[in-house]
Amino acid sequence: MTLPVVEFATRPNAIPPPGIDGAVASEWLEAFLRDELVVRRGIERAVVGLSGGVDSAVTAYLCARALGARNVHAIRMPYKTSSPSSLSDAQLVVEALGINERTIEITDAVDGYLQFEPDADARRRGNVMARVRMVVLFDQSAKLGALPVGTGNKTERLLGYFTWHADDTPPINPLGDLFKTQVWALARYLGVPQALIDKAPSADLEADQTDEADLGISYARADAILSQMLIGYSDEQLAAHGFLPADVALVRSRVDSTHWKRHLPTTAMLSNTAINEFYLRPVDY
Amino acid sequence: MKQLYALEPVKADPDAASVCRVAIVQTKPKKGALGVNLAHLVKAFEQIAKDGKTDLVVLPEAALTGYFLEGAVYELALSASAMAAKLAGAWLEANGGWPVDIACGFYENDGGTYHNSAVYLTVGKRGHEILHVHRKMFLPTYGVFDEERFLSRGRKLSVFETRFGKVALLICEDVWHSIMPTIAAVKGARMLVVPSAAPGRGIEHEGELESIAVWRSLLSNAAAEHGVFIVYAGLAGFEGGKGMTGSSAVFDPRGKVMLEAPPLGECILRAPIDLRECDVARASLPLLGDLSSVLPDLLLDDELPLPKRRDDAAGR
Repeated sequence: MTLPVVEFATRPNAIPPPGIDGAVASEWLEAFLRDELVVRRGIERAVVGLSGGVDSAVTAYLCARALGARNVHAIRMPYKTSSPSSLSDAQLVVEALGINERTIEITDAVDGYLQFEPDADARRRGNVMARVRMVVLFDQSAKLGALPVGTGNKTERLLGYFTWHADDTPPINPLGDLFKTQVWALARYLGVPQALIDKAPSADLEADQTDEADLGISYARADAILSQMLIGYSDEQLAAHGFLPADVALVRSRVDSTHWKRHLPTTAMLSNTAINEFYLRPVDY
Repeated sequence: MKQLYALEPVKADPDAASVCRVAIVQTKPKKGALGVNLAHLVKAFEQIAKDGKTDLVVLPEAALTGYFLEGAVYELALSASAMAAKLAGAWLEANGGWPVDIACGFYENDGGTYHNSAVYLTVGKRGHEILHVHRKMFLPTYGVFDEERFLSRGRKLSVFETRFGKVALLICEDVWHSIMPTIAAVKGARMLVVPSAAPGRGIEHEGELESIAVWRSLLSNAAAEHGVFIVYAGLAGFEGGKGMTGSSAVFDPRGKVMLEAPPLGECILRAPIDLRECDVARASLPLLGDLSSVLPDLLLDDELPLPKRRDDAAGR
């Protein structure tokens, strides 16, 4: 007689990107926003740069749920080359939520500087745009008595796919520990307009730019690799898990070359009381 | 055959009060603001006192300062006697009545050595008395945790006598090591009081944060294996983006959740604990009795990486 054998599948060839329970994540992030704004800082209002992409849309939805729509100020900041669909997609969010909206064109501010640098390449021009948007966002926050809320996700933070001291500048960020694929799942749970979920993610700093073309890998694949890599699996083990060595190498190289972007500026240590080295106080102290 | 190493059988104290009316205060302290948090605690005590007789009030780990303090722990740590005086003072200010026992987690300054501790005191007509101070033995120092950078660990797990029989205090990671509730139970504890501060994580789990489910599972298993009540007091609130999972709860000696608080926000949990339930649970599942007879063979095992003499332990 042959006994039946039940075997554990040890090496699934396609490990999916990490999942998310939208309700759990949403409740936790709304509590985080209320705590950071209202409890810790006594600020009732949030200001969000609304790009027309899914990250800032999800951030606006979370802020509206946490603080009430009337306390959320969305700022659209197009440059002359920005895609018109970015503006109209952002408008879908504004109308769905009933939040406050203002459009402030950054073309004059950006070109006011770039006229002295006519040879600046697309990368430099994109960085100037991202930094000017933060100038606007912080000034609007001062005017409105509101806190700027960041929209960067964990995938772009890990891959270094952002402008340092621009996209990462707001003092709080609800999405920074969510992979891009988790942001999409959360967007579906929150009811973000489908057009924003379906379109190819783009920094929209250049015409026809897409994140996945820039990065050379899809978000689904990058997130699956990143989630395993951060746990501690080696490249060899990741290959054994079914990931392409070239994809693993690409992700590893981007993560390892951008640790500096996830830190504050490096300060020369000269004393026994160096801030954040010896003198250690939590951010909420 | 006579067992050479058998431990004293665990006996219930016939004079101990059998019912302990427990109130857990799930606090959400303002970071570092001891005075503000104490004033807030008086309000909670007033509410508890108004709701009827209470025998034991339990508060979370670092209940009056917040958990993540880094170097500020040296500014906020108190001696156990100072902490007990503040808790007793708050109870009296709230006209809580007596006798009452209070258990609370706090950062302890023991003459310049700092611990993550919990104090258990009793407040009576003639003042208050500390029955026990437990110093956290397992200081998590990995990932988001950095306790051993700032604190020294405790060296002993004791059980202590209360009006309700023997009780043990275990703080947070202490209870993750199954040998800790095991030793507390073998030493005679019938109730484990667990002040905790658990930063929540894991959003892939269905319906709740994964870390909450893990906590519930391990507390339930510990209660059921040893036939003990577990009173778990969880800190609530966000600390610089790290959300504490609250979820204070009482587990009966069969491992069943008697009641559980939500993860977010402050609240008071009340439950009458009938310690005779321990006897009933142990009669139907006598694992603790079995353990008491087998444990010496397990521990007096030359193959275990244990020090052979006290001197060896001191040198580790």
